[in-house]
Amino acid sequence: MTVYLLRRLLQSLLVLVAMSVIVFVGVYAVGDPVEILISPDADQFERERAIRALGLDLPLWQQYLVFVKNALQGDLGRSFVFSEPALQLILQKMPATMELAFGAMFISILIGLPLGLYAGLKPESPGAKVIMAGSILGFSLPTFWVGLMLIMVFAVQLGWLPSTGRGETLYGWSFLTANGLSHLLLPAINLALFKISLVIRLTRSGVRETMLMDYVKFARAKGLSPARVTYVHVFKNILIPVVTVVGLELGSTIAFSVVTESVFAWPGMGKLIIDSINVLDRPVIVAYLLIIVLMFIVINLVVDILYSVLDPRVRLEGQA
Amino acid sequence: MSDVTLDKAPVAPREETPFRRFVSEFMSSKIAVGGLLVFLVIVVVALLAPWIAPQNPYDLGQIDIMDGRLEPGEVGASGITHWLGTDDQGRDMLSGIMYGLRISLTVGAGSALIACLVGASLGLLAAYAGGRTDTVIMRLVDLQLSFPTILAALMILAFLGKGIMNVVIALVIVEWAYYARTVRGSALVERRREYIEAAQCLALPTRRILFRHLLPNCLPPLIVVGTIQVARAIALEATLSFLGLGVPITEPSLGLLIANGYEYMLSGKYWISFYPGVALLVTIVSINLMGDHLRDVLNPRLKK
Repeated sequence: MTVYLLRRLLQSLLVLVAMSVIVFVGVYAVGDPVEILISPDADQFERERAIRALGLDLPLWQQYLVFVKNALQGDLGRSFVFSEPALQLILQKMPATMELAFGAMFISILIGLPLGLYAGLKPESPGAKVIMAGSILGFSLPTFWVGLMLIMVFAVQLGWLPSTGRGETLYGWSFLTANGLSHLLLPAINLALFKISLVIRLTRSGVRETMLMDYVKFARAKGLSPARVTYVHVFKNILIPVVTVVGLELGSTIAFSVVTESVFAWPGMGKLIIDSINVLDRPVIVAYLLIIVLMFIVINLVVDILYSVLDPRVRLEGQA
Repeated sequence: MSDVTLDKAPVAPREETPFRRFVSEFMSSKIAVGGLLVFLVIVVVALLAPWIAPQNPYDLGQIDIMDGRLEPGEVGASGITHWLGTDDQGRDMLSGIMYGLRISLTVGAGSALIACLVGASLGLLAAYAGGRTDTVIMRLVDLQLSFPTILAALMILAFLGKGIMNVVIALVIVEWAYYARTVRGSALVERRREYIEAAQCLALPTRRILFRHLLPNCLPPLIVVGTIQVARAIALEATLSFLGLGVPITEPSLGLLIANGYEYMLSGKYWISFYPGVALLVTIVSINLMGDHLRDVLNPRLKK
């Protein structure tokens, strides 16, 4: 186990170094670093000072080391637009994104689990067929268009829910106030759509497999009521894999929040990066990319470790 | 696929039978045939757009700014009935969608094709060469697949900037790994078969063995992945264009049309975003329906 952990940790470090080189090459070598990293408004004197400060007169490999050294000290440059340290800017927006992502994952389980349970228990019923067809739609519909449709129906036509922003926040969280919660609902549903389909499918196949197990047959033979068999014996056993998989989807939920945040003007990291790309606020872009890459490497590492704990075959394969 | 001919004489018309069987099996599903028909209609509409669209939405002489934001069914100043309404510039939405489909389909299919060429070649090479080549290529695939597509595409476009070519490059970089993994999987099985050994004994050049012997036998799963990846590429392009990172304003795809209508949606002028979205949806769903059925038809495990 320790050997596996060390190997996996080493791999993650290698990926991190590789990605930092890619980001570095992307920013410093593809474009002109002077134009990318120094505000276009700077005058000649400021320019030269900045070139020296950033070490742009050094050879490329030395520049990379300077870049890494600054990054390790948390210095990823200042935003041209907000004149704040880029890193700080992004960290400020992180709670909003996390709130949205966790809200979406909660909704996906809340809606997906009962629907999947129904589809698994009565696979031949018309209701189950509608649910399964719906889950195919959930996989094919582009997130951003569904978001627009949600705004059109629930915010514009019916006027039930607000369409943009976070609403009132308490300690920086929207879900603690009624107004904030009403703002959170639509974006969270939008982001959850894909995961709902996933949960429906996982639950359905889980239920169908579990129903054939001996302990379910035994519970029935004991004369337990069908409801008790379903909700205690079957439900408990499918819950663990479903929740695990949804948890593993956290990373992709955060990534796809870029789209949802733009549609609903949700002030999170995703909206910040799109705005920054559109106004070429490059220090923020670099900082975002590095943070998100780091986040993904950590998530992937945790996922792999979790898997190896849950499934010993993974661990053994890794050593072979 | 390959053991089809084992019990027959080598002169049997091999290319005929599997293909015909494939066609008849594909036709057995009404949903898949429906998807195919809808998709063909969409392709024809896109191809014929300059001749069948009510107006050329990018010819300034044909549009009138006074026709801006007409509701569906209203008649504009030039006497054209705008069945799907007009956008803020007075462009007919139906025509805009027809022209937008051309760009969406070209970018989607083009990038899927290039990604397929790159991915399939690397996958074949990984399976055939094995050893260190295999490890390096598959590590790259793992790395690519560990990041969500949208994030990788975002990263690439943040460096390259907007533009159709850049979107295609981003989509290819994002998607090649799916093809590589698929082809490697089936090529690993195929390369141990006798016909590859025979080809090696004949001292044929590696390139010939790879592309003439190995590749044709790895095609079925590749076709399935390819179909579904075209739909994904179209959806991803639309998403990127909606975010303002994709195609430029001069060449609006469906995603950009939807983005243009975004601000009018809040004031109840739904049609500017709604109808391009429907077109996008129908395109993606029709391709997915075909892909879903192809997977069943071409899956050797389901064959008797």
